Amino acid sequence: MKLINKVLTGMALTAMTATAAQASTLEDVRAAGELKCVVTTGLAGFAAPDANGRWEGFDADFCRAVAAAVLGDGDKVKFVPSTGKTRFTMLNSGEGDILFRNTTETLSRDVDLKLSFLPVNFYDGQGFMVPASLGVNSALDLDGASVCIQTGTTTELNLADYFRANGMSYEPVPIETNEEGFTNYVAGRCDVYTTDASGLASTRAKFDDPTQHVVLPEIISKEPLGGAVRHGDDQWHDIGKWVVNALINAEEMGVNQKNAMNLAANAPGNNPGINRLVGTEGSMGAMLGLDAKWAARAIAQGGNYGEIYERNVGPNTPLEIGRGLNNLWNNGGVLYAAPIR
Amino acid sequence: MSTPTPNTNALVRAWYDKETRSVIVQIIAAALILSFFAFIINNAVVNLSNIGKDINFSFLWDNASYDINQHLIEYSSTSSHFRAMIVGLINTLLVAVAGIVLATILGFILGVMRLSRNWLTQKIAYVYIEYMRNVPVLLHILLLHGLIVSSLPRPKGSYNFGDTFFLNNRGFQMPSPEFQSLFWIVGGFVVAGLAFAWWFSRYAKNVQDTTGKTYPVALINLAAILLMPLVVYFALGSPIEWDVPALKGFNFKGGMVVRPEFIALWLALSLYTAAFIGEIVRAGIVAIDHGQTEAAQALGISNSRVLKLVVIPQGLRVIIPPLTSQYLNLAKNSSLALAIGYMDIVATIGGISLNQTGREMECMLIVMAIYLIISLLISSGMNWYNDRIRLVER
Repeated sequence: MKLINKVLTGMALTAMTATAAQASTLEDVRAAGELKCVVTTGLAGFAAPDANGRWEGFDADFCRAVAAAVLGDGDKVKFVPSTGKTRFTMLNSGEGDILFRNTTETLSRDVDLKLSFLPVNFYDGQGFMVPASLGVNSALDLDGASVCIQTGTTTELNLADYFRANGMSYEPVPIETNEEGFTNYVAGRCDVYTTDASGLASTRAKFDDPTQHVVLPEIISKEPLGGAVRHGDDQWHDIGKWVVNALINAEEMGVNQKNAMNLAANAPGNNPGINRLVGTEGSMGAMLGLDAKWAARAIAQGGNYGEIYERNVGPNTPLEIGRGLNNLWNNGGVLYAAPIR
Repeated sequence: MSTPTPNTNALVRAWYDKETRSVIVQIIAAALILSFFAFIINNAVVNLSNIGKDINFSFLWDNASYDINQHLIEYSSTSSHFRAMIVGLINTLLVAVAGIVLATILGFILGVMRLSRNWLTQKIAYVYIEYMRNVPVLLHILLLHGLIVSSLPRPKGSYNFGDTFFLNNRGFQMPSPEFQSLFWIVGGFVVAGLAFAWWFSRYAKNVQDTTGKTYPVALINLAAILLMPLVVYFALGSPIEWDVPALKGFNFKGGMVVRPEFIALWLALSLYTAAFIGEIVRAGIVAIDHGQTEAAQALGISNSRVLKLVVIPQGLRVIIPPLTSQYLNLAKNSSLALAIGYMDIVATIGGISLNQTGREMECMLIVMAIYLIISLLISSGMNWYNDRIRLVER
C-alpha cells in the first residue's frame, strides 16, 4: 500500500507540474531567481567556460545583460550548454528561458520551430577553412573534397546548395560539436572545415600556428545571428528584443559600462534619448514590466554593443574579426537599432 | 454489534477468494497502467498544441536538402526526407547484419579458445573477453575511429595495394563492378547452381538413408554454384568492368569506399559483442554432459563427427536463446553511430531531418517503430531457428 501511495503522489505531482508551467516566462525567471540561458557547448569568443569555469564570450555577455535587466544581477545566469541539434528542443521544452547560441534566423525556424527571434546581434556568413599546405585559393577549387560540417545547422543546407549550384561533388563528414570538427580537421579526416566565418575565426585562433590555415574568401550565405525565445510570450520577447536594442543604442549614444549607472543615478541630462535609455525620463521600463533602470543595468553589466564586441571577438582578441557589417549604421555597418521612445 | 449487509459480505468473500482477488488486482493494475499512458500521451498532445504544434507526417515528402556520404541507393540533397530515412535504414541494417556475422564467427572461435587445453590460447581468450565486455562499447567505437582517422595516412600517402586497393584515413578504396548486359546469363547460372545444390543435397541424403552410399556433396555443390558460373563468365568474355579508384585532387574518385566510420562502428560492435557470444558458446558446450561425448566415442565415431553430430546440435539449444538477445543488443547498439557521424537511421531521420524540420515527436516515433520492427524480426527469425533445432520428442 505504501508503494501505491508513493506512485499516486508521484503521478499527482507530475500532473501539477505539467499544468503549472503555464505562467509567464518573466514570472518564472523572477521566481527561480536565475535566467536559464541556452548557449553553445563551447565556442571561444562566443560562449565558453574560462579557466575558472566562468562562461565568457559574446553570447554569454548578452545572457548576462538580459539577467541584469530582469533580475538586477548579471551573474544570476544559469548557462545551459547545447549542441546545434538540441538547442531548440531545450528552449521549447523550458530547459532554457532564452537562447543566445550563434543561431541563424530563418523563416522555418521562426515559423515552424515556433521561435521568436530577437534583433540580429551578429551579421555572419558561411566560410571555408583549409590547411594552407593544400594551396587552395577559392571555394570553387574544392571539387571532390571531404568537408567537416556540424549537423543540424543551416550551414549543412547551404553547403549542399553551394556544391550543387556549382556542379561540384563533396563528401560530407557530419560532426556534432565544434570540438569534434576541430579534431577531425586536425587529423585530416576532412580537407575543409566549414561553418560561420566567426566560428572559423574562433577555431583558427586555437591552432598553435594559425597562419598554417587559411579562410577562403568566399562567403556562401547570409547568416544573421540572433537570440531567440519561445513563441507565444510576447512580453518576454519584448524584453529580450529591447535589451539587445538598448545595447546597440547605447553604443550609438556613447553610454558605456563606466558611465551608465552614473547617468541613471543623476538628474536627467539634456539628451532626451540618453535619459529615456537610462530611465531618468519616461516610463520605458514599466511598459516592459521592468523597473526604470533596466537598460542602465544591462549596459553596466558588460558594456554597450561595441564594448562587448571588442572584448570578445574584435580585432584585439585572438579571433581578430573586424567590425565589418557589425558596425553602427552611421559607421559603415548595418546595425540600426529601433529607437527607445 | 451490527450485522454486515449481504452486499459487503459478497465483496469481502470475493476478496478472500484467491481467483477473484487475482482478477480484481489485475483489473486495477491494468487500469492504472492504461491511465498512466493516457496521461502521458494527453500531456504530450496538450503541451504540443500549447506551443502551436501538431503531429503531422507530411514533412516526409519535402526536400531533405542535406547530403549523406554513404548511400547505397540513389540519394541527393533534392531527395525527400523519406528517402533519407530509407538511406539511414539501409545503413543501419548494413552495419547490424555485418556486425552479427562477424560477431558470431569471432564469438564461436573465442568460445572454443576459452575451453582450449592450451594455457596460452585459453588465457588470451580470457583476457580479451574480460577487457572487451567490461569497457563500454561507445569507448571502443570512439577509440577505433580515432585510431583509424589519426594513424592511417591521408589520401596522398595511401597504402597502395597493386594500384587497385588503397587504404587511408578516408577509408578503404576498392574497385566497383559495373555489370554489362550479358552478365544476367552468369547470374542465371548462379541461381540454377543454387537450385541444383538444394535438390542434390536432398537427393544424396535420400540415397545415403536408403543404400548407405555417400556422394562428395560439398564438392559437387561448390562446383555447381561457383565453377559453372565462372566458366560461363569467362566464356562470355568477362561481362563485368571494374571501376578502379584513382587519386584525383583531394580524394579518390571512382570505385567503392568503405568509410572509417563504418569500419570503426562495425569492428567495435563485432569485437564487443563477440566477447559476450564467446561466453555463451562456452556455456553451451560446457552444458553438454561429458557422458554424451564418451558414449559417442565408445561407438567409434571420429572426434570431428562427435562435435558435429553430438555436441554442437545439443549445445545450440542452450546457445540460441541468449544469442538472440546479443543480436538484439548489437542491432540496437548500432545507434551509437551518432557519436562518430555514421549516417544511420538515428543520424538521418532522427537527427538531421528532425533538426531541420523541428518535428521531434514524429521523427522519434518513426525511429522507435523502426528499431522495434528490426528487433522483432531478429527475434522471430531466431525463434524460428530455435524451434527447428529443438529436441524432437518421440
